[in-house]
Amino acid sequence: MTSIDFSRKTVEMIDVVKKFGDFVANDRISLTVHKGEVHALLGENGAGKTTLMNCLYGLYRPTEGKIRINGKEVVITDPNVAIHHGIGMVHQHFKLVEPFTVTQNIILGQETTKMMGILDLAAAEKKVSEISEKYGLTVDPRAKIEDISVGSQQRVEILKALYRGAEILILDEPTAVLTPGEIQELVTIIRNLTAEGKTIIIITHKLHEIKQVADYCTIIRRGKFIDTVEVAGVTEHELASKMVGREVSFAVDKRPAQRGERVLAIENLVVKDNRGIQVVNGLSLDLHKGEILGIAGVDGNGQSELIEALMGLRKVQSGRIRMRDKDITNASPKQIISEHSICSIPEDRQKRGLVMEFDVAENLILENYQRRPFSERGVLDHQEIYKFADQCIMEFDVRPQDAQMTAKSLSGGNQQKVIIAREVSNDPEVLVASQPTRGLDVGAIEYVHRALVEQRDRGKAVLLISFELDEIINVSDRIAVIFEGRIVGEVDAENADENNIGLMMAGGRV
Amino acid sequence: MEALVNDLGFIIGTTLMYSTPLIFTATGSVITERSGIINIGLEGMMYFGAFVGAAVAYFTQDPWIGFLCAGLAGAFLALFHAIATVTFSAEQIVSGIAINFLGPGLALFLSRLFFDGATQTLTIPNKMPLPLNFLFGDGKLFASTGFMDLVFNQFATVYLSIALVFVAWFFLYKTRLGMRLMAVGEHPEAADSLGISVYRIRYGAVMTSGFLAGLGGAAMSIAVVSRFSNTLISGHGFIALAAMIFGKWRPQGALLACLIFGGAKGLEIYLGAKGFPVPSSILATLPYVLTIIILVGWVGRSRPPAAIGKIFDKGEA
Ligand SMILES: Nc1ncnc2c1ncn2[C@@H]1O[C@H](COP(=O)(O)OP(=O)(O)OP(=O)(O)O)[C@@H](O)[C@H]1O
Ligand SMILES: [Mg+2]
Repeated sequence: MTSIDFSRKTVEMIDVVKKFGDFVANDRISLTVHKGEVHALLGENGAGKTTLMNCLYGLYRPTEGKIRINGKEVVITDPNVAIHHGIGMVHQHFKLVEPFTVTQNIILGQETTKMMGILDLAAAEKKVSEISEKYGLTVDPRAKIEDISVGSQQRVEILKALYRGAEILILDEPTAVLTPGEIQELVTIIRNLTAEGKTIIIITHKLHEIKQVADYCTIIRRGKFIDTVEVAGVTEHELASKMVGREVSFAVDKRPAQRGERVLAIENLVVKDNRGIQVVNGLSLDLHKGEILGIAGVDGNGQSELIEALMGLRKVQSGRIRMRDKDITNASPKQIISEHSICSIPEDRQKRGLVMEFDVAENLILENYQRRPFSERGVLDHQEIYKFADQCIMEFDVRPQDAQMTAKSLSGGNQQKVIIAREVSNDPEVLVASQPTRGLDVGAIEYVHRALVEQRDRGKAVLLISFELDEIINVSDRIAVIFEGRIVGEVDAENADENNIGLMMAGGRV
Repeated sequence: MEALVNDLGFIIGTTLMYSTPLIFTATGSVITERSGIINIGLEGMMYFGAFVGAAVAYFTQDPWIGFLCAGLAGAFLALFHAIATVTFSAEQIVSGIAINFLGPGLALFLSRLFFDGATQTLTIPNKMPLPLNFLFGDGKLFASTGFMDLVFNQFATVYLSIALVFVAWFFLYKTRLGMRLMAVGEHPEAADSLGISVYRIRYGAVMTSGFLAGLGGAAMSIAVVSRFSNTLISGHGFIALAAMIFGKWRPQGALLACLIFGGAKGLEIYLGAKGFPVPSSILATLPYVLTIIILVGWVGRSRPPAAIGKIFDKGEA
């Protein structure tokens, strides 16, 4: 926090307006950032943070307004110009070529070559190693992107920017996909970067991260500039209410659970991952009506495979899954959803949750299009479909309120709301929620948590998977800890001890 | 014993000769698919190239000029495909089908115009040369008949096509442009965000595939045979497409696949010449049957470039 040089303004955005057709995504937003500063951008889902940063990086052209870099007015027509001015951006959804190596991804577009455009990968690898050592960004330059963890992929994205000589680094929700350990590493990296005089603009929904790394914070609400504050002088609560425009409560208020009979029973489940390795190893689990069961665990302990097996997306090698005493092991996803009434909010919303080219209304009926009132004798009734969509949009506060927007053009958080609206309105007996609040703002998180609790209070069962221990402890009634594909412990949420659970998550005994 | 060796030489020789048009076309197809654009118009481009190659070779009496013009003719058709798919984001398969009608239509129209209403050209005066011919004959290194002659005394196009595979491999995996091309085919948004022009690269790739398909057509009409006729290409473009997929979108793989398909043709001709007691029309289906079997058994198993067939627009409003 001592590295700021207030005499040098690296980024000044002045009254920036960005319109998409009639829709105003950024409405006269101003932002000033100094050299060596970490500046946070805070705002609800769809507030216009990513749009503003895309304007700075040249992916969008602002409709109005000025941008100054290091005091000089510039017009950033495309990313090349931004790169030339020392601006680098790590996107909310990574832009990496999966079958390429780390080095190839980093140098793409600015390759080191010998004569006649022949690649010099050895020299490139050396350069990459140099930069990665300098900032403590450990990566294997020869590994393929598809084989490395999300955390490493993010380091590759940061290296990509640094390789291009970035002095100003934009990080769009960098922590949304990271595990707690990886987040701490990122914090260290950010400190290293500012110590070298780099300027950082970071978008995050996690208020404690803002408190931890940022010097200043600019808040926007529905495309409008609200305030820029010095982080040291405000509390998390104050930040939250500035952002949402009302008081928000972080604690989930709920009545004690009315636990009913057992609905779902998983016995000795064994599942393999894509590489053929057994990642769920004889897991057993019971889920009852009227309870929220949280599964706590570090990423990669078989959670994804467990859910995929449960939803019929992955083959069960051995063991049984029973729903209301019917065997549903290896049933088809369609049977599981419509006959057995298990619905899921998937972990990867863009791959599994939405058809990105479809509009909101179409996405909302993906599971029910064949039913009345949405279709009759195989013909879709668009009036009913859009009526239902408008209702969902109101109820779940999807922004903007337009059922005809494609899922692709919604902000990340609003994409998530569409999925939640679809699954909750199915009113399933069992609702499986994997990382349901990833990338959501605090207001929306409060909303999702309330939706899960309501589902429970109506006597339904909820299975919650999250890497965020806070979320698990706050929302669940009962907590099961998963480690290496097995449930290693179960506790009541009432008297859960964070340290104990943390220990079990790491494979330690209590 | 010697007869057996000579028979083998005959099969290898015809295999190489018949593989050549496929190799040109399949290599071009690798390039365009790796950039993310499907080109099923290869058949039409080969067809048009075969006609233009033979016609120009007939009138100029120079096979090389014919060969070059065939490439340009293929690239000309590819330009339409590029405009439709890259600039106007048209459905790539539909555009390709249109090209497959356009190519033969144009070729037959021009053929009738220049060759007195015939749907075939006249025999060209000079075929593609045999560049190694000087090594074979009386008192030369090898005899003018026999295994060595059958296998190695081939048309220039044969050697060119094999060299082309190496060039394409080197281009894709060792050069800057090749890497950018593959990046565009895998993740165009990533390439775009790094300042690479997706549109320019895709135009280049589609035109290259057209050029090579044109060469493939001419390798048929001015080397394998010495005139263009309306049944000459009959499915070779689609076989090349299958070879590219069978070869897992790699030039070296496509080469191997083309040799297998060419081998089916070589076998067909050999068995036909030997008076094998199977009707020639059944034998002639061999390469096509092989294509179907391979496509059914193989397509699901290899991984195409991630962005193939998908529309890319910069998303700017
Ligand atoms: N290409 C586009 N076309 C039309 N509307 C768009 C486009 N991109 C974004 N929008 C709209 O602009 C608004 C701002 O979106 P943006 O992605 O900037 O939100 P955000 O603040 O980053 O939200 P999140 O936290 O959910 O990522 C949203 O309402 C979104 O639907
Ligand atoms: Mg965003």
